[in-house]
Amino acid sequence: MIPAPFEYVAAESPEHALQLLAEHGDDAKLLAGGHSLLPMMKLRLATPEVLVDIGSLGDLAGISVDGDELVIGATTRHADLAASDLVRADAPLLAYAAGQVGDPQIRHRGTIGGSLSHADPAADLPMAVVALGASVVIDGPAGPRTVSADDFFQGFFETTLGADELLTAVRVPRRPGVPWGYQKFVRRANDWAIVGVAAIDGRIALANMGATPLRATAAEQALAAGASAVEAAGHAAEGTSPGEDIHADSEYRRHLARVLTRRALEHQTG
Amino acid sequence: MTRIELTVNGQKQSDEVEPRLLLVHYLRETLGLRAANVGCDTTSCGACTVLLDGKSVKSCTVLAVQASGHEVTTAEGLATDAGLHPVQAAFRENHGLQCGFCTPGMVMATVGLLSENPHPTEDEVRAGLEGNFCRCTGYHNIVRAVLGAADALAGGGGSSSSSAADSTDNTAPASTEVTA
Repeated sequence: MIPAPFEYVAAESPEHALQLLAEHGDDAKLLAGGHSLLPMMKLRLATPEVLVDIGSLGDLAGISVDGDELVIGATTRHADLAASDLVRADAPLLAYAAGQVGDPQIRHRGTIGGSLSHADPAADLPMAVVALGASVVIDGPAGPRTVSADDFFQGFFETTLGADELLTAVRVPRRPGVPWGYQKFVRRANDWAIVGVAAIDGRIALANMGATPLRATAAEQALAAGASAVEAAGHAAEGTSPGEDIHADSEYRRHLARVLTRRALEHQTG
Repeated sequence: MTRIELTVNGQKQSDEVEPRLLLVHYLRETLGLRAANVGCDTTSCGACTVLLDGKSVKSCTVLAVQASGHEVTTAEGLATDAGLHPVQAAFRENHGLQCGFCTPGMVMATVGLLSENPHPTEDEVRAGLEGNFCRCTGYHNIVRAVLGAADALAGGGGSSSSSAADSTDNTAPASTEVTA
């Protein structure tokens, strides 16, 4: 399968990338690792006229500490996130989630900024950043802004990111030693979650239980009110709207959300 | 058309390509390096696995233009005048193949895996090859080959991984003679 023809520009800096986006608007797409965009282009589900390649911009990659937050550059690859001593110490849930994406080859190419911008509700990293209460830093014509992960995901493959904006970094609260749980239910190697659950410090996020990664609000409230893991998990599917596909119908997904939430709360590491 | 300059199996290459040309097609059609196979063409099966700057990637999901300025290694680039690469030799020694279609990808994924984790357990081998499918389901000998290659690369001495190969009668022992 061959993508439709497009013009290719390797951005020389984040500013250059923004310039190109301003110039081409909706006709342009950013290319980083390309592991969500290129498969869509090969299926002609996406037919951008211009690809702006930010994959080689060193400015956008890397992991650093800023006070009580980790700052993770948008083009940091999943394999580097999973192997980072800093992330493993201060946000182990995120390192673990990055290691769950696809397979080793995919993790060598895919980037955190790409995965969040793509906003697949079944993906690992969107769920992880919602559970962690992370935020994303976005640059654009109006200057930089920061959006909480809860507000970033707007709908099915939809975010608050404008066509002329660039996700530059992800800011993750540092919480070394805080217990966390992660459950991903799959039936095939290197697949997306049929349902996923990430839990840390009273926050619970769900993957593939609706159009976006969701908070299991009712279960969180039950926990805060002193409910046991089993009791709280019973509320995990409340307020969700899971879809149906060949793997699972909606009711089975609700069942999985309850079971996996219980496991995520009962089997915590950290 | 876009000019790309890259190194493939140690040789500098410079070509004008369409931006939409996939790396696997550049390797196979432009350079005539046909070890990397197009299997699923959807980033799933791993038959097109090559190394990009030493790391395993699926070349059906990389544009040739993205490889410009970087180093690519295919299965053709492994053997030397002295003989097969230890990973290739271990696949032969352990009969780590059936039809052979997945083999170049399996071998390249293994080279990448062992560069990151030189002494994997059997579980780590299986997880490390999660991105490579053998539709003949010949996984047991592939796993033995990877463990054998790890031993060979470590100098042929018995390593902790040798106990991880399962204990069926036809287990091929890791051999020191495979070291090129």
